[in-house]
Amino acid sequence: MMAEQVFWFFASVAVVSALLVVVMRNPIASAFWLVNTMLALAAIFFLLQAQFIGTIQILVYAGAVMVLFLFVIMLLNLGRGGSDLRRAPVWLLGVVLVGVLASQLMPLAGYTRERLALEYTRSPYLADPEMVFDSTLSAAQATVERGVPGDIAKPLFEQYLIPFELTSVLLLAAIVGAVVLAKRRI
Amino acid sequence: MLLGPSLAVSALLFTIGVIGVLVRRNAIVIFMCVELMLNAVNLSFVALSQVHGISGQVFVFFVMTVAAAEAAVGLAIILAIFRHHRTVDLMNINLLKG
Repeated sequence: MMAEQVFWFFASVAVVSALLVVVMRNPIASAFWLVNTMLALAAIFFLLQAQFIGTIQILVYAGAVMVLFLFVIMLLNLGRGGSDLRRAPVWLLGVVLVGVLASQLMPLAGYTRERLALEYTRSPYLADPEMVFDSTLSAAQATVERGVPGDIAKPLFEQYLIPFELTSVLLLAAIVGAVVLAKRRI
Repeated sequence: MLLGPSLAVSALLFTIGVIGVLVRRNAIVIFMCVELMLNAVNLSFVALSQVHGISGQVFVFFVMTVAAAEAAVGLAIILAIFRHHRTVDLMNINLLKG
């Protein structure tokens, strides 16, 4: 199936770029590999029927946030210097902890719609996912009815209107905080 | 559907982000690894929104807003630390150490 091959291509691009973010010694190289990871993730979002989120991912994350990172790296004139690793016992302990975390997270790979329905209902019998999950709620169905932006705008401006308005307060606080912190003398 | 594979990729990216946070010393690289972890969680939200409805994507929207605010404040803090210590190496920033 074509979509599956495209998915695995972008998934491997994302994982390899993410590894390079951690491995690269120069922070600017790390930042560019992180941009690559985010673009690959945006492609995966498009494949998973989340076109709006994929677009926002490219505009906000790969565009705005990463440019902010690059500005700060260049402002601080980083990029030289020796090893960037922590002391040997500390980072070895870190890798062991991460191994435990990975072994606990990896069973997620076995999840399917059927298994999710089974655990959702806690029934001993095989549950039909079509009965458990309201298919009118699914993203694909909503896109057919309202289009891509309308699909996400309806819950955003109805069910989640108050959290949405509160984010504006959060952003204002963040702007004021960033200016106060970065200014030499207020 | 690709539910299982998406969750696997999400778990892998999150793990790589944790490795970066635990292993590196440069504050900016650690910050980028935190962004990577946020992105990994966004992927699992989007994957599960195929089953549970569009609310997952709305949540990704909020996560992105919070991440942008966090990046602005965090980078301002790193700038202030750099101005004080002339380095962003976390091993040299140990004021709270007894």
